[in-house]
Amino acid sequence: MSRLAALLARETALAWGRGGGPLVSVGFYAGVTTLMPLAIGPEAQRLAAVAAGVAWVALALASLLSLDRLFERDYEDGALDLLSLSSTPLELTCAAKCLGQWLATGAPLALAAPVAAAALGARLELAPLVFACAVLGGLAFAFTGGIGAALSLGARRGGLLTAVIVLPLFVSPVIFGGGALEAAASGIPWQAGFALLAAYATAALALGPFAMAAACRNALS
Amino acid sequence: MIVQLSLRGLALSRGGRRLFDGLSLELRAGEACALTGPNGVGKTSLLRAVAGLAAIEAGEIAFGEADPHQARSEGLHFQGWQDGLKPARTAREELGFWSRWHRAGEGALPHAVEALALGPLLDLEIRKLSAGQRRRVALARLFAAPRPLWLLDEPLSPLDAAWRARFGELMASHLASGGLVLAAVHDPLPVAAKALELG
Repeated sequence: MSRLAALLARETALAWGRGGGPLVSVGFYAGVTTLMPLAIGPEAQRLAAVAAGVAWVALALASLLSLDRLFERDYEDGALDLLSLSSTPLELTCAAKCLGQWLATGAPLALAAPVAAAALGARLELAPLVFACAVLGGLAFAFTGGIGAALSLGARRGGLLTAVIVLPLFVSPVIFGGGALEAAASGIPWQAGFALLAAYATAALALGPFAMAAACRNALS
Repeated sequence: MIVQLSLRGLALSRGGRRLFDGLSLELRAGEACALTGPNGVGKTSLLRAVAGLAAIEAGEIAFGEADPHQARSEGLHFQGWQDGLKPARTAREELGFWSRWHRAGEGALPHAVEALALGPLLDLEIRKLSAGQRRRVALARLFAAPRPLWLLDEPLSPLDAAWRARFGELMASHLASGGLVLAAVHDPLPVAAKALELG
């Protein structure tokens, strides 16, 4: 356990420093949500209708930042060799890396999401749901994103490739979370979408590490 | 745990090109072997294959009686041509992490720091260290968590003459305590070693 705890601390510290870490993610997030009113017009009513959805999509995009470096640096400097040569299964190692990535970028984004939604005019009662969706969605984005990051190991312009691989995987959580937020905003039951989002996040947490470990082994051999 | 390394009839390919075949080697506790040969002949690939990081085409790699999986995960140190250290972290943070990762015992890290005279470097970021200093930090992993088999890929290349000699002494004491060393080198190893020339 102490080994995984050490790895989690290292990964969180690395992700915190990687490309500016949470500051850049949250800054990018704030930037995208600020651009929206400029693009679709400042009428409060129109904005309020799309506020939660915009905050949600921007979150998915912000989760892509710094994802490409998740495995790339360890791969390039040989640390991934040493991490894989261990009695700790590579699957657990990959899960700890993704969790570190989420702690450094996903968790700050989850805190920023209700603020962004409220700033766009979403009703304050929605804030807890926006936060809960951002927590679950962020975990799903980190663990599916890790698959893309691992698959693009060793490729030139891996960052671009990661985004191309990962964006289709983001479709389902974006639909489920967006559906839940939309339903809650219009006062109809939102539990179904939220439950589907939770199911997707659980599946990503459970299956993602196997795909990542397989992709890493393939890149190393 | 590992008292013997045997390679029998080993064949390796890289990128569809056969590097070598029919390679055999016996290494027992207390012995070192210097792998030599021109660039691209497969020295690194051989070390990676012994570590289990690369697949072999034919032949067998055995670690005496030890279970290969356990031998690889707990019985060997792999020091590649890269150092595996993060530029933005301090030497202390990196060594602290790797000694926990390798399940080093209490007090092992200070011993390693002393053996490689890393005390003054501990609070510097890795990016501020010279190549030789970086290599010394990387090599400290070997001493923080003692393991019998060392697979070293050009371990001496960035080190100066004094540190090559010092590392030779450290390697000799590792061998004297029953260790095994397989090292890819261009210059002679600073300890008595078998020679295996590839290519």
